[in-house]
Amino acid sequence: MKARVVVTLKSGVLDPQGKAIEGALAALGFSGVEAARQGRVIDLDLTETDPAAAKARVAEMCEKLLANTVIESYAIEVA
Amino acid sequence: MKAAVVVFPGSNRERDVLRALTLSGSEASTVWHAETVLPEGVDLVVLPGGFSYGDYLRSGAIAARAPIMAAVRRHAQRGGLLLGICNGFQILTEAGLLPGALMRNAGLTFVCREVKLAVERADTPFTAHYQAGQVIRCPVAHHDGNYFADTATLDRLEGEGQVVFRYAEGTNPNGSARDIAGICSANRKVLGLMPHPENLVEEIAGGTDGRPMFESLAAA
Repeated sequence: MKARVVVTLKSGVLDPQGKAIEGALAALGFSGVEAARQGRVIDLDLTETDPAAAKARVAEMCEKLLANTVIESYAIEVA
Repeated sequence: MKAAVVVFPGSNRERDVLRALTLSGSEASTVWHAETVLPEGVDLVVLPGGFSYGDYLRSGAIAARAPIMAAVRRHAQRGGLLLGICNGFQILTEAGLLPGALMRNAGLTFVCREVKLAVERADTPFTAHYQAGQVIRCPVAHHDGNYFADTATLDRLEGEGQVVFRYAEGTNPNGSARDIAGICSANRKVLGLMPHPENLVEEIAGGTDGRPMFESLAAA
């Protein structure tokens, strides 16, 4: 099955890249953007077929490598 | 002092640090990241600067999980000396051996310049040959050097005297919280810093302000 991991900076952690995106959008005339935060998407193809087991395994991967939980949080979707 | 410098794919300052160590009287060799044991009798392990694994995922993230790191962790747990410079500092935070994280520079650009560093503590094995409060020159070269930790952690670091180097005289190049350039563990045996003292150890290279760190280590 497939898993998608979305890693984002925790709220309160300064995101200089998000700030740059905000500035660039404003410069292009896109008004009304109050904030932009940049994250990362990691797609995994897994041999596991049980969704709960897959999710647990991917959570372990996030804790160990895919996210730095000092500054980042993660969300997992399995399908 | 017997030192081992760990080389990861993408490390590029290992020879600089080897030279700084041997010039100052230590015995130093390199260890490949895929090894699982450190050379016998090593007192000091150095994680050098560079771009291990191309900074993929996050700077230092993959190196922090390399095979040699289990031995490096055991070395630190035994009370051995451990120094991470630049990418080495990023690896130490990623490995959880030092608190906090090194984020993208606030100005978003790679910075390669000289800064002023205040030596906050001279009572560590890394800084004994400096005076507390001394301001030295030091080069920096990094893209992800913006030190971040939550307020409680920053307060604890300051309270426990674990801030060893601070950017001084308005030279903070990356937006680091509280101008932090280098921190140590509670037992003072693990030090991580973004600047490169190993690149300022000979007059021919522009100065010797970095040399006392390696002389401190040689005498430790």
